[in-house]
Amino acid sequence: MSFPWAEQYNPTNPLMKWVDERLPLPRLVYNAVGSGYPVPRNLNYFWNFGVLAGLALVIQIVTGIVLAMHYAANADIAFASVEHIMRDVNSGWLMRYLHANGASFFFIVVYLHIFRGLYYGSYKAPREMIWLLGLVIFLLMMATGFMGYVLPWGQMSFWGAQVITGLFEAIPVIGAPIKQWLLGGFAPDNASLNRFFSLHYLLPFVIAGVVILHIWALHIPGSSNPTGIEVKGPQDTVPFHPYYTAKDGFGVGVFLILLAIMVFFFPNFLGHADNYIEANPLSTPAHIVPEWYFWPFYAILRAFTVDFILPAKLWGVLAMFGSILLLFFLPWLDKSPVRSGRFRPQFKIWFWVLVLDVLVLGWCGGAPAEEPYVMISQLASIYYFAHFLILLPLISRTERPMPLPNSITEAVLGKDDDAAQPAPAE
Amino acid sequence: MATAEHSEQPAGEAQAGDGVRRRDFLNVAAVSVAGVGGAIALLPLINQMNPSADVLALSSIDVDLSAIEAGQAIKTMWRKQPLFIRNLTAAEIAEADAVPLSDLRDPETLTERTIEGHENWLITLAVCTHLGCVPLGAGEGENKGDYGGYFCPCHGSHYDTAARIRKGPAPRNLAVPEYEFTSDTTVTIG
Ligand code: HEM
Ligand code: FES
Repeated sequence: MSFPWAEQYNPTNPLMKWVDERLPLPRLVYNAVGSGYPVPRNLNYFWNFGVLAGLALVIQIVTGIVLAMHYAANADIAFASVEHIMRDVNSGWLMRYLHANGASFFFIVVYLHIFRGLYYGSYKAPREMIWLLGLVIFLLMMATGFMGYVLPWGQMSFWGAQVITGLFEAIPVIGAPIKQWLLGGFAPDNASLNRFFSLHYLLPFVIAGVVILHIWALHIPGSSNPTGIEVKGPQDTVPFHPYYTAKDGFGVGVFLILLAIMVFFFPNFLGHADNYIEANPLSTPAHIVPEWYFWPFYAILRAFTVDFILPAKLWGVLAMFGSILLLFFLPWLDKSPVRSGRFRPQFKIWFWVLVLDVLVLGWCGGAPAEEPYVMISQLASIYYFAHFLILLPLISRTERPMPLPNSITEAVLGKDDDAAQPAPAE
Repeated sequence: MATAEHSEQPAGEAQAGDGVRRRDFLNVAAVSVAGVGGAIALLPLINQMNPSADVLALSSIDVDLSAIEAGQAIKTMWRKQPLFIRNLTAAEIAEADAVPLSDLRDPETLTERTIEGHENWLITLAVCTHLGCVPLGAGEGENKGDYGGYFCPCHGSHYDTAARIRKGPAPRNLAVPEYEFTSDTTVTIG
């Protein structure tokens, strides 16, 4: 769908006209990310992160396919084949550092994208489906990231695989068989490495498929915007191209500069030194940590230390998965009719507390399982769940929102509320 | 399809008032057969991920115990998993026996965890029952934890001299594999 005032595709180039009449692909692109897609005129830079996530996915797929040309998924030589990529393969080091740091950047961008959605209420009607598909993408990304980290077959790869598949053992009765089924053995080994490689190659393409659904769902209501109020007429929108292709292009430039700085100057900063030691099933590294982007969830996992009806370990696993599953219910937990946090004085405060809380969880998840980190992760986990299950439903009932502007255009041009954001139109 | 032609009942298919047609039965039957067939076709696709025959074939090993002095322990591999073999001292046995079962998260006596006549040989998997790290305590000078057995550094589980869980997040004692003594100094595990 599109707004009735969307520009119509009208190719002047005879070749495009010829193609469009036989396969309306140019038309699809024009209406999706071209001039045929009207977008609110007041989007700020937080609306760049969807495109940046898409770019990160493309970078991962391209560098990943290159790496797969040189990598050997065999427990005896996997580690050596990665060293071979680093030392012998032409530009191999560049491809590997791009892929490793690209994964981190993918998560940074998606976390910002998710928090953008949380702050501006993008998960609310009529955009619930976009939100749900986004969460599916996020879960798939986590699975892909985890399996990718196993492939170099270093110490963190091996022990990460051991610990994460060990989570399934917490399930009563069928837990141990499930772990064996996942690993294809009693501990991570060749069978595990091969299947992880196969799936690590597959999942990004599944993600690409879900991204298409995500954007399809987005194009039904169209993008929301920082005010959260609906588009009321043509004066509220500008065509995606050239306005947002330009704005996104700027974001892409910044993203690529930052990625290049990491890849060329700090390529191992986000990794862990122990992963340059080959996997040794007889010796556990003193301090196993997953990749940084799993730290908040790892902290929730480890926050449970006492048995209460169920064993502590099972609680930890349930809470960790629950912390993400919970987000699937968010559109129905937050009932406030006002979308944007900009007009919700109480919500806004608690939103920033949540951001801080997740950062604290992340910091604890990367730290050893000792006091005071255990205690802090317990408190932070409690807040995390309370925020979504208690605070949000409560606030959405008691809070008195600030008056909303009459229209996007009024918000941009009328009152000087938005002076910091130059209006893209005119 | 609620178009005029389709909404009419085709001749010969008129049924008793409940609107059920014979073709509905055929549809349900066909879809059910296809569904069951599809589900059965999934079984080998799922089962191929289970441990393969060569992985299972590695399942028994012989270990010579003659070099392990009382108070020492060794680490070896069984089914690709690390294994502890520990020669307990009399004091360690006494310490384990002195613990009341009610103090234990996973109540088991040392006798239940060893073989009669060889109570000093404590053979367990070196796989922490929390999330599977290898606990410390077998090597010379390693941290044995608060209860003198094993200590898992990953999330701080403490095991006692019978390798029973005493403190920390792990739910169960270190697992005892099946084994038998083939002579006084050799044991077959698995
Ligand atoms: C591979 C990962 C992803 C890609 C490529 C992607 C792509 C996009 C794009 C291009 C947009 C439109 C531009 C924008 O609003 O930023 C968008 C919108 C959106 N995304 Fe994502 N996304 C991804 C992951 C996620 C995740 C993990 C979530 C949340 C759980 C999410 C939630 C949303 C929502 C709610 C919108 C609508 C925002 C609005 O218009 O207000 N996305 N996504
Ligand atoms: S794996 Fe041993 S305490 Fe967690």
